[in-house]
Amino acid sequence: MSEEFEPKIIAFLCNWCSYAGADLAGTSRMQYPPNVRIIRLMCSGGLDPLYVFRALLAGCDGVLIGGCHPGDCHYTNGNYKARRRVAVLKSILKELGMGHDRVWLRWISASEGSRFAETIREIVTDLKEKGPNTLAQSWAI
Amino acid sequence: MDHKQVMVIGGGIAGIQASLDLAEMGVEVFLIEQQPSIGGRMAQLDKTFPTNDCAMCILSPKLVEAGANKNIHIITNAEVQSVEGQAPSFYVKVLKHARYVDETRCTGCGICMSKCPVRIPDQYNMGLSKTKCIRIPFPQAVPAVPVISKEHCIYMQKGKCRICEKFCEEKVIDYEQKDELLDIEVGSIILAVGSQEFDAKLKGEYSYGTSPNVLTSLEFERMLSASGPTQGHVLRPSDQKEPRRVAFLQCIGSRDMQAGGSFCSAICCMQAAKDAIIMAEHLSNVDVSIFNMDIRAQGKDFDKFITRAQTDYGARFVRARVSSVEINPANDNLRIRYDPNDGGPLREEEFDMVVLSIGLQTSEQVRKLAAKLDIELDESGFVSGSPFDPVLTSRDGIFACGTMTGPRDIPETVMQASGAAGAAASLQAELPERRIKADYPQQRDIRGESPRVGVFICKCGINIASTVDVPGVVEFALGLPWVEHAQELMFSCAGDSQRIIAEAIRDKNLNRVVVSACTPRTHESLFQGTLQSAGINPYLFEFANIREHCSWVHQKEPDKATEKAKVLTKMAINKVICLEPLSPKTMPVNHDALVVGGGVAGLTAALELANHGCKVHLVERQEKFGGNFRDVHFTMDGQPSQEFLNALIEKVTSNPNIHSYLNSDIAEVKGFVGNFKSKIHGNNNDEITEIEHGAVIVATGASELETDEYLRGREPGVVTLRELETALAGCGTEELKEKVNKAQSVVLIQCVGSRCDERPYCSRICCNKSIKNALKLKEQNPDTNIYVLYRDIRAYGLHELDYRQAREKGIIFIRYQEDDKPVVTSENGALKVHIFEPTLRRKVLIEADLIGLAVGIAAGSENKVISQMLKIPLNSEGFFLEAHVKLRPVDFATDGVFVCGLAHYPKDVSESVAQARAAAARAMTVLSKDTIEAEGKVSQVRAECCAACGACVAVCPYAAIEIDEINRVAVVNESLCKGCGACSATCRSCAIDLRGFRDEQLVVAMEAIVEWL
Repeated sequence: MSEEFEPKIIAFLCNWCSYAGADLAGTSRMQYPPNVRIIRLMCSGGLDPLYVFRALLAGCDGVLIGGCHPGDCHYTNGNYKARRRVAVLKSILKELGMGHDRVWLRWISASEGSRFAETIREIVTDLKEKGPNTLAQSWAI
Repeated sequence: MDHKQVMVIGGGIAGIQASLDLAEMGVEVFLIEQQPSIGGRMAQLDKTFPTNDCAMCILSPKLVEAGANKNIHIITNAEVQSVEGQAPSFYVKVLKHARYVDETRCTGCGICMSKCPVRIPDQYNMGLSKTKCIRIPFPQAVPAVPVISKEHCIYMQKGKCRICEKFCEEKVIDYEQKDELLDIEVGSIILAVGSQEFDAKLKGEYSYGTSPNVLTSLEFERMLSASGPTQGHVLRPSDQKEPRRVAFLQCIGSRDMQAGGSFCSAICCMQAAKDAIIMAEHLSNVDVSIFNMDIRAQGKDFDKFITRAQTDYGARFVRARVSSVEINPANDNLRIRYDPNDGGPLREEEFDMVVLSIGLQTSEQVRKLAAKLDIELDESGFVSGSPFDPVLTSRDGIFACGTMTGPRDIPETVMQASGAAGAAASLQAELPERRIKADYPQQRDIRGESPRVGVFICKCGINIASTVDVPGVVEFALGLPWVEHAQELMFSCAGDSQRIIAEAIRDKNLNRVVVSACTPRTHESLFQGTLQSAGINPYLFEFANIREHCSWVHQKEPDKATEKAKVLTKMAINKVICLEPLSPKTMPVNHDALVVGGGVAGLTAALELANHGCKVHLVERQEKFGGNFRDVHFTMDGQPSQEFLNALIEKVTSNPNIHSYLNSDIAEVKGFVGNFKSKIHGNNNDEITEIEHGAVIVATGASELETDEYLRGREPGVVTLRELETALAGCGTEELKEKVNKAQSVVLIQCVGSRCDERPYCSRICCNKSIKNALKLKEQNPDTNIYVLYRDIRAYGLHELDYRQAREKGIIFIRYQEDDKPVVTSENGALKVHIFEPTLRRKVLIEADLIGLAVGIAAGSENKVISQMLKIPLNSEGFFLEAHVKLRPVDFATDGVFVCGLAHYPKDVSESVAQARAAAARAMTVLSKDTIEAEGKVSQVRAECCAACGACVAVCPYAAIEIDEINRVAVVNESLCKGCGACSATCRSCAIDLRGFRDEQLVVAMEAIVEWL
C-alpha cells in the first residue's frame, strides 16, 4: 500500500450524552481525524447488536458505541443494557474470529467533548496498528 | 380591559427572550424595537464565549420564532412616546416611523435592494461597508422587510428615481407612508433597551479615527463575521493584508474616571480572549497580545477558556494599561507604550493592528425612556432596582432586564429576561385563556407519492463553508436518487431561509426535507416548524450535522471534511426517504411544581410559582430555610441583609400555595415533563410523602470549601470570610468578635481553593465579598490596616465602583502569582504573611492579627444523586450543566426540569434571584398549559411478527408495553413510551421498532457509510 491506511469507523452515539459530547467537541473546535461517521440513536440501549455485525461484515474497520456514564442514562438504565449486550457480542465475535477488538463501548457525557475527540484519536491510532478489517473480503456476502 | 397583555420595549436578545417566554405562558406581547429589525447587539456578534458557538446561529431561531409566534406583535422602527396610568393599566403611545414599504404585503424578495442606485454606510457592519438606501438591515432580519432611509433617498430628496418602486413586483413601496401613532393598553411593561458602546474617539491617545488600523472590538467582531465587510477575513484596513501582530487594549471607556464609565464592563476580557482564539483560527501565523489590568473571567468555564487562549492559541496576556497608540508613518503600524508595572521603565511595542475593547454604557435612549416612565437610574445611568432583585424598577408593574440594568453577558441577560417575563406575567390574572396556537396549514397527505427530497446545505457563514466545499456537496446531493431539489443557504436557520425552504417545498412539491447544517439537538425543531408551515408532516425531516461533527473538527483537512459532509448528507437522504409521517399524542399537564432546595434561589422560585397560582412543594434538607444566605449579614453598602431573607421566608411560609418540607430529601423522582411522581422523605420521622407535579426546579445550592491552607484549622486567627462577616455583624463567638474588634492588621487572601488544578474555576463572589468585608472593617475601625492579596480582582460590572472605593479608603491590594502564593507562618500565635510585592520587586512581610481566607465554592455533594434521579448532566466540577450556556441558562435538555442559584454556578444573591425568577418563568411555560405533546418517535409493534414473549415488557423502563393476553401480542402505550428503543434492540423477532429509528431507516443510513468503506 502506498498510502497510509486510514481506518473507517462507525459510531453509534446516544442522543443525550455521547452525541452531545461530540457536539461539544465541535463547538470547542477540538480537532480529531475525519475517519468516523456518526449515527445518532436515542439511547445506547437501543442499539441492536446486529448493526455491529453488519458494520464489521461490510468491512468497517471499527465500531464505537457511545453512551451515558453509568447511572446517568436518560432512560434510567439503557447504558447498562448496552454494556451487557456489548459484552455478549464481543464474546461471540471472539468465538467467530470476527474482530471483537474492533468494537469499543465508551461512556462519554455531554460535557466531555475532549473525551470524545480523544476517543476517536485513540481508536484511529489503534486501528492503524491493527490494519484493515478483512472480513468484507473473506465473508463476501 | 383585558390585562393579559405586556409591552416589551427593546428587541435585543433580552426583549426577544422575555417576549417568547410570555407568549409561551399565553400572554399577548407587544414588542417595540427602535431599529427596523429585532436582534439587537447579539445579531452583530460573530461568536460567543466560552463555547465559541456562532452568535447568529443560536440567535436566528429565536428571531424566527418571535416573528412567527401569534402571541407576539413585533412593532419595529418605533419608539415609546409616553406612558400613562399605573399597574395594572398602562396606556402607551408608540410612534411607529414610516419605513416607506408596506410591511403587511412585502415578501422580502430583495429586488428593490439590488436595483437601488444609492449606496450608504452599512450600520450593521459598523460603517465598514456599504449597503443600499433601501435595505433589509441584515440577512436574518425579522421582519425581513426593507426600510428606506429618507435622508439618502434621491426620490424623496430630489424628486427623481423611483427605481425601487418600478421593480417591486408586489407594489409595496409607498413614498407617502406617514409616521403612525399607536395607542396600546397593557398590564405591565418590560424594559430591555440595552446599552451602547463607548465612543472610542473620546480617547484621542489611542489613534482611533486617525489610523484605519485601530478598530473597536465591535468593528473587529464584524470583521470576523462571514456576513461582515470582509466576509470573515481578518485584513488590515490600510493595506488589506493579513496582520501578523495584533494588540487588544482592554478597559477603553471602562474603569476609567476620565472618559466612559468608572465601572467595569464585565464582558470585554472574555470577548478579547474569544476574538484572539477566532483570529488564530482564521490566520495561521498571528501573535495576539491582550493588554489588561485584571483578567475578569468570573463566569462558568471562563477561566478554562482563558487558559485555552493562552496555551492552545498562544495569546499573550500583558498586565498593563496602555498609555498611547502612535502611528508609524513608514508602514502604518502602531506603536504602543505602556508601563509594565514591574518597576522598570516604560516599554514600547509595535503592532500591525490594534483592537480597542470598548466598554458598555447606558444610552441616551435609556435616559429618555427613564424620564418618560419616571423610573430611577443609578449614578452610572443604569436602571437601579432593589439590590436583591435586579428585575424590579422603582415603579410598580415596570420591570427591567439586560444590560440596561448594568453591564452583563448574554446568559445573565437571558436569565433576567425570563425573570422579568415571569414577574410581568404573574401580575396577569387567569393566564391560560388567551393562548393563541400557531395555525399551521392542513398537512398534505403524502400517501402514494414517491419520495421527493429537498436538500439544503448550510454554509453557516464561513463556519461550514471555509472548510467544506458546499457547492460540491450540493452537486453531489443533486445526483442522488429521489433528490428533486438541492441548494446551499448562507444561514439555513435565518428567517429568509425558512421562507426559501417553504417555497421550495410548495414549488417543487417536495415531501421530504434534509438540512445539512449543525446539530439536531438545537435546531431540529426550527426546521420541523418550517415543514409544518409548508403543510408537510414535521417528522419527514432529517438533519445531517456537518458543522459540529465535520467542519469544526476537521478544519485542517478540507478535502476529507467535504467527503465526510457528502457521506453524512447521503446518510440523511437515505434515511429521510424511509421516514413516515407521525402524529404524537397529547397528554395532560399537572400544574403543581417541585422545588428542591430552600435557599434564596429555591424560596424565590417557589414564591414566584405560587404567585402564578401553582401549588408548590418546597423541599429543604436543613431544618431552616435560607441556605448559604443565612451567613450573609450585610450588603456592600453596609445595610443589614437578613431582613430581606426573613421577609422572603415569611412570604413563603405564609403562602397557602406553598407546602414546605423541612428536614427532608427527595427520595425518588419518576415520570417526565408534565407528569412527574416523586417521593419526599422526611429525615426526622422517616415518613414518605408522595406527590405529583408537572415540573421540577433544582435549587440545591453549593457549599463553602473546606480547607487547611494557610494554617486554617491550626491558628484561631485564620478564619474564613464567612466567619469574619458573622463576627463583623456582631454574631458568632465572643472570642472571634474580640479578635476582629481589636485587629490592627488584617490580611485577606483570595482564591483559596479556587482557580487551582483541582478546581479550575473562579468562585466569582469572593473578590467582592472581601471588598465588602474590608470596607466594613474600615468603617468600624478606620485605623485598621487591611491588605487584600489577590491574583485578579474580579470586581466585575458595577462592583468595580466598590473596588475603587476600597482603594480610596486606603485598603491595600497586592497581587500574587499562582506559582508564588503567599506563605503564612506563626510564631506563638503571631501570624506573619510573606508575599512578593511586584511593584517593589521584593518579598515583604506583613504581621497580621487576623487572616481572612476567601474560600472557594464547591458544588454540592448531593448533586450527583439529584442528577441521576432527574436525568440531568453535571459538568466536570460537579455543577449542573444547563441545556445551552448562552441562551438556555436555566433549562436542561430534559424537558420540565430547571436549575437556579449556586447549583448552577457560584453567583451573588441578586444573580441567584434573577435566575430563580427565570427558572420559575420557564417552568410556567410548561405549567400554564393544559396539555403538552407526547414524544412522537415512539415504539410500534408489528403484530404479525410478535410472539408475545414479553422480552420488551421486561426491558421497558417506563412500563409502557403490555401483553394483550387475548390476542397474544405486545401493545405499546404511546403516552408512556419515551422512545429509547430498548425494546426494539431486545426483540428476537424484530417485531417492535422505534419510529424514526426503524431498522430499515438505520440500515439505509448505514448503507451510505458502507459505500464510503
